[in-house]
Amino acid sequence: MSIGPSAYALRASRRRIGDRIGDVSLRGITLAAALAACVLLGAIVWKVVDLARPSISKYGLGFLTGQTWDPVKKVFGALPFIYGTALSSLVALLIAAPLAIAIGLWLSELAPRGFRGIVGSLVEMLAAIPSVVLGLWGILVLGPYLSHHLEPWLHGKLGFIPIFGAPEATGTGLFTAGLILTIMIVPIIASICRELFLQVPDELEEGALALGATRWEMIRGVILPATRTGIAAAIILGLGRALGEAIAVTQVIGGGTKISRNLFGPSDTLASKIAASYQGAASGLESSSLLYLAAILLVIGLLTNFIAQVIVRRFDPLRGAR
Amino acid sequence: MAAARAEFSLSPSGHVRRRRIVNRTMESFGTLAALLAVGVLVLVVATVAIRAAPALDWSFFTKSPNLFGGPGGGISSAIVGSALIVGLATAMAVPVGVLVAVYLTEFAHPSIAGGIQLVLDVLNGLPTIVTGIFVYGLLVVGHTQSAYAGAFALAVVMLPLVARAAQEVLLLVPSALREGGLALGVSRWRTVLGVILPTTLGGILTGTVLAVARAAGETAPLLFTCSIFNPSVSTDVTHALPNIPVLIFTYSEQPDKTLHEQAWGAALVLMAFVLIASLTAKALLARSRRKLGR
Repeated sequence: MSIGPSAYALRASRRRIGDRIGDVSLRGITLAAALAACVLLGAIVWKVVDLARPSISKYGLGFLTGQTWDPVKKVFGALPFIYGTALSSLVALLIAAPLAIAIGLWLSELAPRGFRGIVGSLVEMLAAIPSVVLGLWGILVLGPYLSHHLEPWLHGKLGFIPIFGAPEATGTGLFTAGLILTIMIVPIIASICRELFLQVPDELEEGALALGATRWEMIRGVILPATRTGIAAAIILGLGRALGEAIAVTQVIGGGTKISRNLFGPSDTLASKIAASYQGAASGLESSSLLYLAAILLVIGLLTNFIAQVIVRRFDPLRGAR
Repeated sequence: MAAARAEFSLSPSGHVRRRRIVNRTMESFGTLAALLAVGVLVLVVATVAIRAAPALDWSFFTKSPNLFGGPGGGISSAIVGSALIVGLATAMAVPVGVLVAVYLTEFAHPSIAGGIQLVLDVLNGLPTIVTGIFVYGLLVVGHTQSAYAGAFALAVVMLPLVARAAQEVLLLVPSALREGGLALGVSRWRTVLGVILPTTLGGILTGTVLAVARAAGETAPLLFTCSIFNPSVSTDVTHALPNIPVLIFTYSEQPDKTLHEQAWGAALVLMAFVLIASLTAKALLARSRRKLGR
């Protein structure tokens, strides 16, 4: 009889110890996983820079402004690819940003209620198409169409502006790459914008309408000013995606190491140059220069993402970004 | 008198008419933009389906690619390889991702959680070719390409997606469940493992499916880790295995028409998988959200 309570107490204290161990170990394991994610980011930066070291120590920052990429003479510089990256992303942003904001507005404010869900998920499906499939479509369908129809027309009408130069017969080039990138980033920017616009308080919108504003005046006077920073962050996120896209761009950009003003000519971006030479570079210096390109791309990717995330967080501390 | 009546006229003056025209123009621009996006989607999907049709027959799914190109041959080895690589990547990414999410929602101090979330979001936005280069330097240099290296690269892509999805559903769990567990004297870890995680299982599953759909279409991480392979069917993950994205990529760069046809076929298979997976996942997600009351 006297054994009962003490055995009970023993069991209870054992369970308490078990609970303590369980709590500490669950906390420890999950903490380890979280730290692993942080270490992973650090390891990526370290490893990529480490791989590029031979080229970094040979060229230093002068690599960024080097205009030639010549594997035969073993002279390497990143400027043609930085130029190609900037220009293709610029083309994509110029077309995508207005379209995406308009789609976001249409989905959140203008569309008939029944259409919003369907069209919204169709736009998201566009984002789900794998980039390699989009690239395949770009090289075999969009490229030939552009080189036979749109580009000769633009060249004929606006050829006096140097960017609308003579089109390539194959349809591969900077402009095609820009259009493919546009298709990739429109759904990203549009769905973030839609979320932003939906967060604007209804009272403000209704107030503007009640004062006699048209819907466009309400959008311009209430919604766009209220979400300006968020839109900027969405565009930067789209830009980050465009800058870093390798596969689809490699398929359609044609490959070239010259800086040319012709938008319809072949070119290469940082990412596409790396992807195009995956089957091995000849010399050690060439491959480490390719990895130097990757390091530049990494820095650009980190910066754009970090800036966008910080803006998004300041704008909407509750939800963060997607 | 006549002048006064004109001032109170209800028909729109020129100014109002201009505002209406501007409004109408802008509204139709929005409609056009949405139509354009849907149109491009339909165009791409239809083109892939139509161009893939000639390649699709039974042998397309049962044969391996021909060693030297040419007509005939299928993509069976690439399907097997892709399934293995993505499966391995899922097995690596999901446990870690869920643990990270549990730490963020159950244990972490808010400011630390914010920092880790930032890391996850930055990780998510990194160019995937850089992820491929990282794994190339980590696992391929000095060794050879292998399916597990490719799987690790895809796991790096999947990790932030899984973690963020799991975190979102964990945050939806009513705090009454946590408090109820603790009030009954149940320890923290038993509450988390026995009560909270089971309620979020559906949400985590759909997040996983979305991440799988994304990873299945990723080519860039595999380019440096798992792209030089023998085209026959194999399940040896210590060697590079054929896989669908790299196959489409290399075929699309060739001038050979029959290879293009195969690329379209493979693209249809890949796209069908990705779109169906992400659509089901989104439908399920919407349902589980409703169930958790949001």
